[in-house]
Amino acid sequence: MVSKIELEKKLALMSNSPDLFKREIAKVKKELAELDSQPQDRTPWETVKLARNPLRPVLQDYLGAIFTDFTEFHGDRRFSDDKAIASGFARIGGEPVMVIGHNKGKTIEENIERNFGCALPDGYRKALRMMQLAERFNVPIITFIDTQGAFPGLEAEERGQAEAIARNLVEMARIKVPIICVVVGEGGSGGALGIGVGDRILMLSNAVYSVISPEGCAGILWRDGTKAPLAASALKPTAPSLQELDVIDRIIEEPADGAHTDYDATFAAVKQALLEELKGLKKIPKAKLTKRRFEKFSKMGIYNE
Amino acid sequence: MAWFSTSKAKDKKFNEDIWLSCPKCKKHIFKESWLQEHKVCPACGHHGKLTAWERIGITLDEGTFTELNGAIKPADPLEFNDAKGSYKDKVAETTEKTGLNESVVTGSGKINGIPVSIAVMDFRFLGGSLSSGTGEKILRAANYAYEKSVPLIIFSASGGARMHEGILSLMQMAKTCAGVARLNDRDIPFISVLTDPTTGGVSASYAMVGDLNLAEPGALIAFAGRRVIEETIKQKLPDDFQTAEYLVEHGFIDKIVHRKEMKNTLSRILSFYNR
Repeated sequence: MVSKIELEKKLALMSNSPDLFKREIAKVKKELAELDSQPQDRTPWETVKLARNPLRPVLQDYLGAIFTDFTEFHGDRRFSDDKAIASGFARIGGEPVMVIGHNKGKTIEENIERNFGCALPDGYRKALRMMQLAERFNVPIITFIDTQGAFPGLEAEERGQAEAIARNLVEMARIKVPIICVVVGEGGSGGALGIGVGDRILMLSNAVYSVISPEGCAGILWRDGTKAPLAASALKPTAPSLQELDVIDRIIEEPADGAHTDYDATFAAVKQALLEELKGLKKIPKAKLTKRRFEKFSKMGIYNE
Repeated sequence: MAWFSTSKAKDKKFNEDIWLSCPKCKKHIFKESWLQEHKVCPACGHHGKLTAWERIGITLDEGTFTELNGAIKPADPLEFNDAKGSYKDKVAETTEKTGLNESVVTGSGKINGIPVSIAVMDFRFLGGSLSSGTGEKILRAANYAYEKSVPLIIFSASGGARMHEGILSLMQMAKTCAGVARLNDRDIPFISVLTDPTTGGVSASYAMVGDLNLAEPGALIAFAGRRVIEETIKQKLPDDFQTAEYLVEHGFIDKIVHRKEMKNTLSRILSFYNR
């Protein structure tokens, strides 16, 4: 699509000889008017803020609205039950699935209990257990990604945050049931990717997914955390950019002013997308799934040779 | 005092050809013995950083290394600019300074006669950061091990994912781990050697999932940075926090190996591989 700036430049050039370009000018003016009537493009930083909006639907909202029979299971069988990640069997459109997701709360109390959705190694290990359980029960896995990042704390390092995430990356490549990942809010770095390896990667239109938070990146590369809006533009963490880079497979359109402005519309869009994706993945022979997943991730990245 | 500081400055200049100060204990040591010990401090045992080629030189049998995929170099997929300039310029400058195309050198070679696929990261190249090119080279090294049924050895030295490539650098964690995962299908061993430093996206991907994880003494091995953690939990952290020794104590590293023992330790381990 031609950008507004390009059209305006064109218009300025042509207006030097208005008679000569009469028809062209009318055409460009019409295109400009069309662009103006579309919703204003948000800056990446504005999208980041929208993705973090505390009123945005979280895992528990989706579980209540688009799934039935959610049966939660707890614990990593190693150390604890990390409430920053919730997991269990559920049904969507009658189909049995395993749901695993970052579990941001809606109130301060919930968020303190769940550590704002920032998981410990225990959370990633619970997630892996649940994926292996899904494999045993032969049901597809749906993960909901919504976290600032894996928790950076003493006990997280002590219990092997790096190992827990890395292990999930290895094992998710090998899980023999379909995996659909949906980035619904913030996809914060390794903490997001730790439950983010799948056959289909979906993303809400105002969600973000990034290697580092704009604040963190600004702190390192600009030596000034307040340059986060600049870093957000540079990192290109929005859904259209990620689709262009072939990192995500599908964008789920949110209501124009954000998912939080119309829960029902958001739920309907997410549910429809998930049902379609589940149907599509069912057609792939089980023996081919992991090979396809390997090939999908093998292709990621842009380099010169 | 002017005469004093002048003579000190002169001393320092004179010393630099013969002496250097250990990055860790700050003791003045003979440059010659530092180099003879492959950059290990004779006074405190601190293991300094090696370049990828120095590492290859002391790990593989002479004349056995064949570099593979050496032409892979960074693109600039995001057209990334920061306060100090463009990613493109930064890459050009680093390539000129180091003679490297990427933050890892990969290939095949032999360790005391045992054939291996090897990848060695170089911290000088943008902090050894994991980029699309680095990820591709690591994946191909894993694929080479898979196809030729030879063990995979990766020496890591990295600050983590390369921010300048945005989400694509994050995806390299999944990509490299998918390569490592496939080795399980053919029971091909993968030995990860973590050297100073191995942090962030590299520790949270291939570096931490070796069938065996070895580390050099004192190496910094971490997921999150010390400062970030201190700011998050508002506590001072123990001195040995996130060192190789700390990770052995907590069960994430199998063995700490002194640099001069590394080659023989690797070949001894590989000699048990009954393929």
